[in-house]
Amino acid sequence: MTIAARLLSRLAPHAGGYIADARIRPIEYLPWVVAIIIYVAAPEYLPLGSYILILMLFALSLDLILGYGGIITLGHTAYFGIGAYSAGILAKFVTAEPFTGLVVAAVCAGVFGLITGAVILRTTGLTLLMLTLAITSICYEVANKANDWTGGADGLSGITMNPVFGQFRFDMFGNTAYLYSLVFLILGWWIVRRIVYSPFGASLAGIRENPVRMHAIGAPVYGRLVVVYTISAMIAGVAGALLTHTTQFVGLKVLGFELSGDLVVMLILGGVGRLYGAIVGPLIYLVAQDLLAKQYPEYWYFWIGALLVVIVLFARGGLLGIVDALRARFEKARGR
Amino acid sequence: MEALLGQLVSVAFHGTAYGMILYVISVGLSVTMGLMGFANLAHGVFAMAGGYVMLSMMNAYGLPFPLALAIAFVAVALGSIVLERLLYARLYAAGELAQVLFTIGLILMSIAVARLIYGTLQQPVNLPDYMKGQFHLLGRDFPAYRVIVILFSLTLVMLLWFGVERTRWGAMLRAAVDNRAMAQSIGINTSKLFTLTFALGSGLAAIGGGMGAELIAIQPTYPFEHLVFFLIVVAIGGMGTLRGPFVAALLIGVTDTACKYWLPQFGAFFIYAATIAILLWRPAGLFGKAA
Repeated sequence: MTIAARLLSRLAPHAGGYIADARIRPIEYLPWVVAIIIYVAAPEYLPLGSYILILMLFALSLDLILGYGGIITLGHTAYFGIGAYSAGILAKFVTAEPFTGLVVAAVCAGVFGLITGAVILRTTGLTLLMLTLAITSICYEVANKANDWTGGADGLSGITMNPVFGQFRFDMFGNTAYLYSLVFLILGWWIVRRIVYSPFGASLAGIRENPVRMHAIGAPVYGRLVVVYTISAMIAGVAGALLTHTTQFVGLKVLGFELSGDLVVMLILGGVGRLYGAIVGPLIYLVAQDLLAKQYPEYWYFWIGALLVVIVLFARGGLLGIVDALRARFEKARGR
Repeated sequence: MEALLGQLVSVAFHGTAYGMILYVISVGLSVTMGLMGFANLAHGVFAMAGGYVMLSMMNAYGLPFPLALAIAFVAVALGSIVLERLLYARLYAAGELAQVLFTIGLILMSIAVARLIYGTLQQPVNLPDYMKGQFHLLGRDFPAYRVIVILFSLTLVMLLWFGVERTRWGAMLRAAVDNRAMAQSIGINTSKLFTLTFALGSGLAAIGGGMGAELIAIQPTYPFEHLVFFLIVVAIGGMGTLRGPFVAALLIGVTDTACKYWLPQFGAFFIYAATIAILLWRPAGLFGKAA
């Protein structure tokens, strides 16, 4: 039992936060080591792998506002989609240089996030939820109807990206795409981690727990929320642009309600507000989807629905929450 | 001029029929949210279930339309009591996120079940003969089905209004919406009251789904596809009122029909834009109390 407890305490995903030790612990390198092992050992899974890495980045951006800021949104695909489309349109009509595309996508999504965030974050609860849905629906309608720019329902095709650094072509085996996505995921993870451990991150957690009290002690609640919403929109935009660059195609579903829902499910599955929930969730969800969903599409959604219900009723912290709870039980048994 | 007038009348008529259905489906949601503050995104599931029950009764057992509709109401209302007692009741004290996730889970499960039983195609609606023809009034033709939908919904609205404003149950309900803790402390069993109200709201949604099956096609993706519209009705109208969602549903029904008729290239753009504008102007909805 002691060995198991020790092992679990090593594995323990930290809930993060300002008061915790901000140094990166060895265990936190594990996802990246695994990612590189997969790159070397399982080259046939690289296209799926890149998609998973991109959704991890997207889930991280959602975790920042949902898990730390406490903003309940069902419309985060708006920023992912705007990033994807701006990168696609830029590549098709102006320049196909990848890094320019990422910067432009981040700026477009960030500006849109700033404007919409400044408007909708004055509200709370159901009204806020409704507004996020309405904004995403408008983006969807616009992308659907603006055929000349977005290709409408057929999607935006005919994008050919330049090689990264003029050297590494986006090959059909997904080698470049995988490493490209991995580098930006690690960058995004580092940024989000810095935010979570900063005083700013601490004030976000305070706002999530009790906005009225935060307001009373003098924290600029609205301003902080707008700032974190904008940052999150930028990260989501970069994730969208990564998807465009690696697949050289933009489909209408990047703005769809379905992706929003799936993303929330992935984050909840991994564990919301825990940083690594955004890494674990998409990995397990998408691998399971790849294995099961094609054979049994009806059962797939049934079990995902059932899983959501069970998580909400019995395991609010998701998979990482279960690991935490197990660890706490072991430590209690050891008499700590 | 005459042509334009004809178009206006037609849009107003079709929009009203659509708005009525939206209201009958959404009013239960408004009360649920107002009474318990429960963000029930799965409300459309009850409407879909009502549609499926009614159409199965008609197509498989050859029951007449009104009887099938009544069966749908009873079946869904009873089913919702089970769901409420077993699952919903555990989450009243939980946060909004938990409620949203839980109800999304319910939607996904219901979609899968519907697809498994009925397949992905929309269900055929065989209207009885008296609903198929036209109805003549002031030299114009109106489809009989929509006339019946409007008249029947109006009757329901009157009954509902009477029930809430003039009966003992209604007085208790209004008291609980206004101040739940106080209502409880003067001896109203709010939990029982809520179960009953929840069942009634779900039953009404089933009637709306069944009666509107010709307007809003019954298919597995129903709860997701129309979720935004049900939520818009409640958000714009304001929670916990009867009048708010009524005005909002008619407004949305007519606007949506008008947009589809005159500006089809914009899709639902104006509805969403108007929703955003109204919610920014009055975050609690047109008739909702400011928080």
